[in-house]
Amino acid sequence: MKNRSLVSINDFSKEEWIKILDLASEFEKNPTQKILEDYVVATLFFEPSTRTRLSFESAASRLSAKIVGFSDSSSSSVKKGESLNDTILTVSNYSDIIVMRHPQEGSARFASEVSPVPVINAGDGANQHPTQTLLDLYSIRKTQGKLNDLNIAFVGDLKYGRTVHSLVAALCVFNTTFHLVSPVELKLPSYVKKHIKDKNLTYHQYTNLKDVIPEVDILYMTRIQKERFSDPIEYEKVKNAYILENSMLDNSKDNLKILHPLPRVNEIHEDVDKNPKAYYFQQAQNGVYVRQALLTSILGVK
Amino acid sequence: MENQPRKELVVSAIENGTVLDHIPAKSVFHVMKILALDNIENQVLIGTNLDSKKFDKKGIIKVRDKFFINKEVNKIALIAPSATLIEIRNYKVTYKKQVKTPTEITGSVKCVNPNCITNNENISSKFTVLKNPDGELKLQCHYCEKITDRKNMKFI
Repeated sequence: MKNRSLVSINDFSKEEWIKILDLASEFEKNPTQKILEDYVVATLFFEPSTRTRLSFESAASRLSAKIVGFSDSSSSSVKKGESLNDTILTVSNYSDIIVMRHPQEGSARFASEVSPVPVINAGDGANQHPTQTLLDLYSIRKTQGKLNDLNIAFVGDLKYGRTVHSLVAALCVFNTTFHLVSPVELKLPSYVKKHIKDKNLTYHQYTNLKDVIPEVDILYMTRIQKERFSDPIEYEKVKNAYILENSMLDNSKDNLKILHPLPRVNEIHEDVDKNPKAYYFQQAQNGVYVRQALLTSILGVK
Repeated sequence: MENQPRKELVVSAIENGTVLDHIPAKSVFHVMKILALDNIENQVLIGTNLDSKKFDKKGIIKVRDKFFINKEVNKIALIAPSATLIEIRNYKVTYKKQVKTPTEITGSVKCVNPNCITNNENISSKFTVLKNPDGELKLQCHYCEKITDRKNMKFI
């Protein structure tokens, strides 16, 4: 993986995902190491994403890398009208690897093709966010002891959530049984469902969250955003139907874990947080180890 | 042609230039438009709804003193993949080929996604050409990965 960019989850093979996950579990045991002392990591956030940026910067800092960058394009030369091409070519002079978040789809692919140093996509508009997918896979494997043959439910906005789309596609190589829970307006798009159908995997669709809870090993919750509905009355009708409360977990499997890409608004009631089945904050922590594994693999240090 | 007693060209021959033959009749004016032939100085001869062995009805376009570059040929391939491109010099055919659908297409079509980087920065569009099971062509953006299908294709 040395010197290769990671724009889309498919840029790496299944074997390479597993290598990253294995390396991440090593970093989990020993997250503070002085192995990137000689490296500069650029974090270019053309739109704010505090959580993702801090996770990358924490990953790099714990390995003693130096960090340069910006957290929002208003504080960069982009505001003066600089092209993406010029920003990338300039910053690549100052850094050994670029971590980039950009509001427009395809920006990361373009950057990876003009940049002389490798680029890690930390989200390009609604398109790809591969490091999220890898940390989701890491969290699933860590809590279930395996990735194969699991029953995984996706709940909420399955239409627009790029996190869901990438993870569904990735899980298709692990013989997953999918349980898709969403309002009719926010069903998983057919081009994503195609991945499931191409592999002849089983999937079930539900509009009721309660039905699915006893069936699954992983409950992957997402936020339903009001602005996704063309009709506000429709939103009012469904907004409370996909809220997880602790009492709903009574009949769930012992090994169930609840994941969420965060930020959460109200779709998981706070009374769930104390349940040992709640895993979303550890999931965010796992992101640091996965990003450490990616930075060191791509820089050729591990 | 069978009903015609004498073999003669319905659309007259040209001395130098390009002939686009075997265009499906319904696509003739679309091809004219995407190649901007409705807006050039050269002489253009058009025939449409002509009898054809290949199709029921075909169209033909002859453009005097014009030879198409690859980018233009790519556009023809997307609209009329059955077309034949014939270059004429001094009344003789100097080059003839069946237009072939390219596997990749650069800079001829606009990505349908308004939030694609190619629609927001000075970056040429680039697509992989995909085929639906029904043979219909569609384009997957190399950058944003979104699909532009035939009805959404806007030519640059």
